[in-house]
Amino acid sequence: MSTIKEVAVFAENKLGQMAIITKVLADAGVNIRWVTIATTETFGVIKFLVDRCDEAFAALRQKGFTVSLIDVLAIEVPDKPGGLFEVADTLRKNAVNVENASGFVTQSQKRAVLLIEVKDIDRAEQVLKKKRLRLLGADEALKL
Amino acid sequence: MFWDKEWETLSRAELEQWQLRRLRSTVQHVARHVPFYQQKCAERGLGARAILSLKDIRRLPFTTREDLRATYPFGLLAVDRADVIRLHTSSGTTGKPKAMFFSKKDVAGAADLIARCLVMTGVGRGDVLQNMMTYGLFTGALVMHYGAEKVGLMVIPAGPGNSERQCLLMQDFRTTVFHTTPSYALYLAQFLKERGIDPRRDLSLRKAYIGAEPYSDETRRKIESALGVKVYNSYGLSEMNGPGVAFECEHQQGMHLWEDHFLIEIVDPATGNPVPDGEEGEMVLTTLRREAMPILRYRTRDITSVIRTPCPCGRTHRRIRRITGRADDMLIVRGVNLYPQQIERVLMSLPAVGHSYQIHLEGLDELIVKVELADASFDGRVEHLVNLQREIVERLRADLLVKPRVELLPPGSLPVSEGKAKRVFDKRIL
Ligand SMILES: [Zn+2]
Repeated sequence: MSTIKEVAVFAENKLGQMAIITKVLADAGVNIRWVTIATTETFGVIKFLVDRCDEAFAALRQKGFTVSLIDVLAIEVPDKPGGLFEVADTLRKNAVNVENASGFVTQSQKRAVLLIEVKDIDRAEQVLKKKRLRLLGADEALKL
Repeated sequence: MFWDKEWETLSRAELEQWQLRRLRSTVQHVARHVPFYQQKCAERGLGARAILSLKDIRRLPFTTREDLRATYPFGLLAVDRADVIRLHTSSGTTGKPKAMFFSKKDVAGAADLIARCLVMTGVGRGDVLQNMMTYGLFTGALVMHYGAEKVGLMVIPAGPGNSERQCLLMQDFRTTVFHTTPSYALYLAQFLKERGIDPRRDLSLRKAYIGAEPYSDETRRKIESALGVKVYNSYGLSEMNGPGVAFECEHQQGMHLWEDHFLIEIVDPATGNPVPDGEEGEMVLTTLRREAMPILRYRTRDITSVIRTPCPCGRTHRRIRRITGRADDMLIVRGVNLYPQQIERVLMSLPAVGHSYQIHLEGLDELIVKVELADASFDGRVEHLVNLQREIVERLRADLLVKPRVELLPPGSLPVSEGKAKRVFDKRIL
């Protein structure tokens, strides 16, 4: 299993919410490695990849935030032209529906990582591995 | 179980005879001692002798909320001030308050009705009542308190709010029954859950008396399942003693209205004319036993109807249906009439929706419903929230025939009220 946990927070789409949430995480000594924000007119879901997931969850919950942990896959995107296409194509051909995706390139090692949320995470893992695409474990993803 | 079987099961003929007699003496009493009624009756050329049958009540003048304000403070007092032993007031959002006076007999009478209500729901000596209504000028807590003492319950005068302490009292003194508003009951359920207290395992609660705000049957079920209690609907208003005017029996099919104390009429809220038997309209109440401040034909503004069939419990006092709205609460949005309770009913039927909601009317007739997500329903996926929001819009549109804008909010975003919840905010520029 190469699933990684992200902390998702349900917040009002209101000025200052992000500052409050990140302050809670800072006070809990949690280091944020990656963040994605999805908003509608009235609310937003903010997802964090953090070094200490359980502490982040507990700290936010204690401050009255609505939090949930979600499983994601961290796929290393091959460093070559068409690298991202290869990942996307593999998922599409195997009818794995990606519900959410976000990507980043690490500064230090020049590696590109794609985080994806899918319904059937085991199957997604299977088809990606079969295609010899590398999935990062939590330790590795956090060290990037 | 009966507190006063003779009165509670009096035959309809005897009950109506008693009502007629009491109506006549009430009219006589106010015509003699209350200038406000003196004048109104004189205008109509009326005296007690004009009341030959119960139907003649229609010849009497209505009393409105505005009349109570206009005659504040002593205008409707019908006895010597020295005979008044208690004052309650009720404040509206605007204008002067209303004053309610109780003689010794009135205090006893109100307590007696509560005693009937409590025994009717199967509580008695040995039960512990945690009274979470507001003590003070508001009638809600004190009237219940006196009635419960009369029956012999141990009363904890907890008052509202301070959930931490409510919870401690419930645990330490093994509270079996509590009395509160629907919004606070729901808040408390959430509070207990957050503290990891399971009411079924950790508390001794059996029953809840919920009133002071209209609420839907869906809300009742939510409270019942969250707190592991049986919820009894309680109806009252400060102008008519406070709680104990009408209450559910063990069958929980409508609330028995104590007809030896109150004469009930249902009228068209717009015209004041009686509606056909059994149909919905505004409830009008006349006090039949009150001394200090009798009120003739009080326009309650509450919308309900009378259930015509007898109740299996054997009580002859007719039942009223759950209040479906307040005549004043009726909203007209884009030409469609709707009550906030309709919106509540739809929201509370959706398990993913939390307890708090607000209705905002803004701009040019725009209906906005703000509602919280149930805490356990968040799975981190924004798509699910968007879908839920869409579903709420659809369900409301189907029920109200008006399409609202729905704002889904995280649990705990809306302010919690410990008394009556303010739910409707009308900021339209019409
Ligand atoms: Zn009954």
